[in-house]
Amino acid sequence: MPETITTPAETRVQLRTDGGCMLIELQGAWHITETRPTWPAVLDGPDPTQIKLVWGRLADWDSALLLFVYEVRQWCRTKNVPCDLSALPDAMQKLLHQLEVVNETRIVSDHSRDFLTFVGLAVQDVWGKTRESSTFLGECVIGGIALIKKPHKFRWRDCVDEMQQCGAMALPIVGLISLLVGVIMAYQSAVLMRQFGADIYVADAVGLMMVREMGAMMTAIILAGRTGAAFAATLGNMKAGEEIDALQTLGIRPVEFLVMPRLVALGVMMPLLALYANGLGIFGGMIVSLGLLDIPPTAYWVETQTAIDMSDISTGLIKAATFGVLVGLAGCHRGLRAERSAVGVGRATTSAVVMGLLLIIVADALFAVAFNVLGW
Amino acid sequence: MNTADLNAPAIDVSGLECGYDGNVLLKNVSFQVKRGEIFFIIGGSGCGKSTLLRHLVGLNMPTAGAVKFFGECFNSATGERQREMLKRIGVLYQGGALWSSLNLLENVMLPLEEYTPLNAAERAELACMKLTQVGLSGYDGYYPAEISGGMRKRAGLARALALDPTIVFFDEPSAGLDPLTSRRLDELIVNLRDLLGMTCVVVSHELASIFAIADRVVMLDKQQKGIIAEGDPRVLVTDSKDVRVREFLGRGEDARQKEPSP
Repeated sequence: MPETITTPAETRVQLRTDGGCMLIELQGAWHITETRPTWPAVLDGPDPTQIKLVWGRLADWDSALLLFVYEVRQWCRTKNVPCDLSALPDAMQKLLHQLEVVNETRIVSDHSRDFLTFVGLAVQDVWGKTRESSTFLGECVIGGIALIKKPHKFRWRDCVDEMQQCGAMALPIVGLISLLVGVIMAYQSAVLMRQFGADIYVADAVGLMMVREMGAMMTAIILAGRTGAAFAATLGNMKAGEEIDALQTLGIRPVEFLVMPRLVALGVMMPLLALYANGLGIFGGMIVSLGLLDIPPTAYWVETQTAIDMSDISTGLIKAATFGVLVGLAGCHRGLRAERSAVGVGRATTSAVVMGLLLIIVADALFAVAFNVLGW
Repeated sequence: MNTADLNAPAIDVSGLECGYDGNVLLKNVSFQVKRGEIFFIIGGSGCGKSTLLRHLVGLNMPTAGAVKFFGECFNSATGERQREMLKRIGVLYQGGALWSSLNLLENVMLPLEEYTPLNAAERAELACMKLTQVGLSGYDGYYPAEISGGMRKRAGLARALALDPTIVFFDEPSAGLDPLTSRRLDELIVNLRDLLGMTCVVVSHELASIFAIADRVVMLDKQQKGIIAEGDPRVLVTDSKDVRVREFLGRGEDARQKEPSP
């Protein structure tokens, strides 16, 4: 086979006729990375009655030559022309045989499915995923009960670490986005309110929307992208590295060890972050009101206080805590169920964020209905 | 352009110094690998075997010295030329390093797709043949996550062979494999060398493999930060003047008792 890493000499095939037999002499260097002559191009004229391949002055060769010889041989078979390969060296004969065996035994698999199979498999898949999710939820409930019963066994240190990661570290981004959301809402409502001379009610609109809805929602969306994805990637990598298996063989429940500290951390930190978001949102509204509507901050603050009461704040906080747990559940579930590969971890992360966002919106819709019925 | 020498050794390492961040791990490493040879780089854990391998295949650049392939210097070549040279070099990484999003056939076909003018059917044919050569026929559609560690290594080898390399580097091919699978992999290396005439450089500390298939070895040492022995392992085990070499190759038995005959 090849012996140099050089630029190949010219690849050549020389045809000679010897008493009715076509002699194909292989010459030069044949490298798979270079363009090689093809048999139909070489055979320029009438079909020969007999072919013999001859090993000429070959500099070096690789699979490119093998493919050429194979092509000649296949042509001979289809045209029923005798082909003599006896002059080729042993290595080439062996490789040719291997390529032939591969082609004879290779089965091109058919992945097409009929409609019924498709539906059946989809139903099976949905059923399997539902069962899996219920099992995970059940394990989390058991983990929660274990936490209440034996709080000293809980991984408090991990929980505090996670709080630092998902809470304190998220303060800048949550702060910036909430401030801007407050500014945007104030601008939008100012345009409307000004037409009725009701400028001061900008404070009511911004305050109520922030506290009841946007504070919790924006924080949850940020954390779904930031923390939910991180949970899925961490747990997915741990699974790929057999760390989860190691926990199980030690008799430790992965949900109690890994999931509960994360859920508690998010459940606690999310309402706190939402409160902080509320404050900055209102502050954003205050800046716009001062600049655009000339409402003094004191008046704005007093108006906000009259508009918002404790029930508004508590509904926001209930939502925030729920969203936190949902984002944590989505992230941890996807991470623990990730496939053991780089792609698997990537998919788990994507699906954790998508699932987190979906759960947040669905839960928010349910809260809207429930709070309306309860009159909160 | 063409500076390679037809009679030069496959690999010629001279005065190589390897290290990271100012720490010198290996210094003054010089050896030659003949064409078609199965050459082992051996030594205890942490002696710099894998570091040397990374420097040989251009993943890290040496701080001093030169690596020549067939007489052509790799370190001083232009980026374009280095890439050309790397096309003729195959590397089998420890875990196989298969791309997890591609199945085995696609893994082997990717280098062919990138670097050859072959059409899809020819690429598939060749890739299947490479998989058959390493004993994985029928596994083309499997993903790396679905096969065993030994199979992953063999598939990694099939991928390393895709462009018909002239030199193949193996990083700890027997690590994590049972003795039988490990022996089969050794046999595979010998068979491929005999059939395709490749030069094989194996980084390993598996004594069974070393004695079974190595033509020659170099032994690295952590304290010395370089080569302490070079030659046929079957001779070195008894005749080396260095007790560390005799001890290593003699399975840690007290080689001090068996001083070589003068």
